[in-house]
Amino acid sequence: MSKTDEYKYIGRRTIRPDGHDKVTGRADYGADLHLPGMLFGRILRSPHAHAKILSIDTAGAEASPGVMSVVTAGDLPELSPEVLAGGEGAADLRDLARNCLAGDKVLYHGHALAAVAAVSQKAADEALTKIRVEYEPLPVVLDVYDAMREDAPLLHEDLFTQGLPENPEKPSNTASRMELKKGDIEQGFAEADVIVEREFHTPTAHQGYIEPHACTVRHDEDGQSMIWSCTQGHFQVREYTARMLGMELSRIKSVASEIGGGFGGKTTVYLEPVAMLLSRKSGRPVHMSMTRDEVLRATGPGAASRNRVKIGAKKDGTITAMQASLHFEAGAFKGSPVQPGVMCAFAPYDVEHAFIEGYDVVVNKPKVAAYRAPGAPQAEFGVEMLLNEIADRIGMDPIDLRLKNAVSEGSEALYGPRFKRIGFVECLTAAKNSPHYRSQQKPGMGRGVAAGFWFNAGMQSTVVLNMNPDGTATVVEGSPDIGGSRASMAMMAAEELGIPVEKIRTLVADTESVGLSNVTGGSRTTFATGMAVIEAARDVVTQMKERAAAVWNVTAEQVKWEDGVAINTLGEGRLSAAEICASAARTGGPISGSASLNARGAGPSFAVHLADVELDRETGFSSVHRYTAIQDAGKAIHPGYVEGQYQGGAAQGIGWALNEEYVYSPEGVLENASFLDYRMPLASDLPEIETEIVEVPNPFHPYGVRGVGETGIVPPMAAVATAVSQAAGVMLTDLPLSPPKVLSAVLKKTA
Amino acid sequence: MKSHVSTRINGDPVEFLCEPHQTLLECLRNELHLTGTKEGCGTGDCGACSVTLNGRLVCSCLVLGVEAGGQEVGTVEGIGSPAGLSVIQQKFLEHAALQCGICTPGLIVASTALLAENPNPTEEEARYYLAGNLCRCTGYDKIIRAVMDAARELQEKRA
Repeated sequence: MSKTDEYKYIGRRTIRPDGHDKVTGRADYGADLHLPGMLFGRILRSPHAHAKILSIDTAGAEASPGVMSVVTAGDLPELSPEVLAGGEGAADLRDLARNCLAGDKVLYHGHALAAVAAVSQKAADEALTKIRVEYEPLPVVLDVYDAMREDAPLLHEDLFTQGLPENPEKPSNTASRMELKKGDIEQGFAEADVIVEREFHTPTAHQGYIEPHACTVRHDEDGQSMIWSCTQGHFQVREYTARMLGMELSRIKSVASEIGGGFGGKTTVYLEPVAMLLSRKSGRPVHMSMTRDEVLRATGPGAASRNRVKIGAKKDGTITAMQASLHFEAGAFKGSPVQPGVMCAFAPYDVEHAFIEGYDVVVNKPKVAAYRAPGAPQAEFGVEMLLNEIADRIGMDPIDLRLKNAVSEGSEALYGPRFKRIGFVECLTAAKNSPHYRSQQKPGMGRGVAAGFWFNAGMQSTVVLNMNPDGTATVVEGSPDIGGSRASMAMMAAEELGIPVEKIRTLVADTESVGLSNVTGGSRTTFATGMAVIEAARDVVTQMKERAAAVWNVTAEQVKWEDGVAINTLGEGRLSAAEICASAARTGGPISGSASLNARGAGPSFAVHLADVELDRETGFSSVHRYTAIQDAGKAIHPGYVEGQYQGGAAQGIGWALNEEYVYSPEGVLENASFLDYRMPLASDLPEIETEIVEVPNPFHPYGVRGVGETGIVPPMAAVATAVSQAAGVMLTDLPLSPPKVLSAVLKKTA
Repeated sequence: MKSHVSTRINGDPVEFLCEPHQTLLECLRNELHLTGTKEGCGTGDCGACSVTLNGRLVCSCLVLGVEAGGQEVGTVEGIGSPAGLSVIQQKFLEHAALQCGICTPGLIVASTALLAENPNPTEEEARYYLAGNLCRCTGYDKIIRAVMDAARELQEKRA
């Protein structure tokens, strides 16, 4: 049987169940819920990047026309530092609260410190101007290296570096240090014929989801409440809000609206607890929507990093040593993704001697949030650039160099585990054989190759699968659908049940209607929630076989399930799912299956990207001429949405490489807080993005699924920067490769 | 004082009250509850709020509500028919040209305007016409394919 015939629904390009709602404008997103009597909430934000709050006087706002409630950090209960397990990275409860409403200090420009709910947006905005705040401005620190200096302005008096051999006596901006090592790094470099070492910089970049954060919250007089918000995890919204405000979980019904993009940035809370306070105080529902300016200034961007990387190799391409020092900006509160960065950086390569250390450092910028494979693009950028440089120095094809050192089944990853079946070699081979790589490189254009690695996650999911009396089915899940996952859930259910995919609806239920499910993050949804769908469907099939067996007076083992029909293996009987469901009342009641699990065995994911970039040497402007993304999906449930993940990741990575960065004034004011000045790729900036789905099955998933969402953002920075460097004739390691930067490098080189 | 505005939206006569400072986007969403039109930036940079004003593609966040008086406004709610989706809407679904879907209403409106103006665009023309509509999920590849495919099919239907 050929691969495509193996399944009936898996691997097809079906129409997504929520498709019509989304092309007609019917789908309701975070800002789309209007409740009777609803107020509009707005937030007062700090005009300073670092200051003590001496006093806040809200009397003027409270007396302002149309104002129904005003809140500050004084309305939050006292919280002690406590780490809450999160979906993508843990969060400290007290930091979360301080980020939602600043306590005694503001730590970045735009930091929230008070909020108002009023009968209209305008009345709320007017009231904000009547809040009097006395600040004592403090010196600002905006760069990771500056923040690590002994004499740097201190953000937190109580932050002591974790992970040092001895506990430090003095507080600092370095929240933690970590390292991984293997072999003897000095010996590794001694064995090398060629050693390259460089410093790399990746800027602060925003996830750039088109939908600003928004919520509508209603707190009732009996203590029950409802949160409607655009989030990657409404169970986490419930948890964070409840813990921050001292509420019981059962008092909060958290509803995930449709979500207009997140990429990791909607795995935390900014507005929901504040809206809850405003609603509780006013007794009215409160709607809050951020402006784009607020999104860019005050919600988690991806972390900036400064990394030193050194690699040694033999003339035959064997890598003998890899060393790196990663310094990540966490923003105002600890918790950058430097740890996954440390773990990912060398993961694709089998190397005998390695040493990597990472620093998590606070600066006067917004607290970073997860951004697609958090930490991996920053960490792997330098490694991939240097591998291309080594390939160039020893005269070896850069893909061959990677093939020579690639991890495969049985290799021990530096971060601990021994890899099971993985598809890195297959991706590299596919890249080598791709039409793109075999094509002639155009004159004046550079070509870059880069690989990327991401773990992928499992985590907890709950699914209920209800059979309807007419034999159709409803899949009830708790994972917000951020990119088409309802389609993959329906397809997996159809495959197991043997009923047409069009007969299955997928519902993302609220926290009262389905069991706990972790965030849609870590590329886990189709893998883990999908596994729960499969288990629930198998449960349903077992029940349907039992029902048919009872009718035929045989045992369930004597009933076969084929294409949605129960077949009596001992006689003539055939009963379809529809017939079994129609008579369910007589055979034991409604048929419903469920599964709740903490999925293990997420399949590590590898990608290889190819970029041809044209450089205008007179202006320094780079444009991507051809681009190919190759990635191991394990098994693509819906190839269209898998390709879409590859293309979307590539586009974001291209933006990060060429244009996107936070530009700060020396005072710490973000100077490009709009989509005009924070320049994300447009349709006219990009070429067709060619894709190839490699399928090396994950042995821990019934269909072999690995996650596909994140890895695609890892290779682009090095692929694009290598191509531009080649065209420029000079190594460019300071992103983004904006025209002025590239032009000055070109001019310096030719001077 | 609120102004009284008389307009036509998707062919229907509509009246509403609005403050002089309110944008057409706010009026559509907050006064008329036509929430298919989305706000991504409020500064005319993302195109999520694309509508047509007398057939011309505009960002409704850059138009005042009162300016709609006596004009024809077209929103995503007016595209397609009770019988089914428009060809462009259908092609977006077939090509998986949406992931999160927040930019989709704006892109459906903009693509419809594109093919009304230029029924047979080159890929480059389509990319430049749609450059005012940001999409962060797809990298635009499948959107462009959907639009080109829709153009082909509409051409064939006309022929």
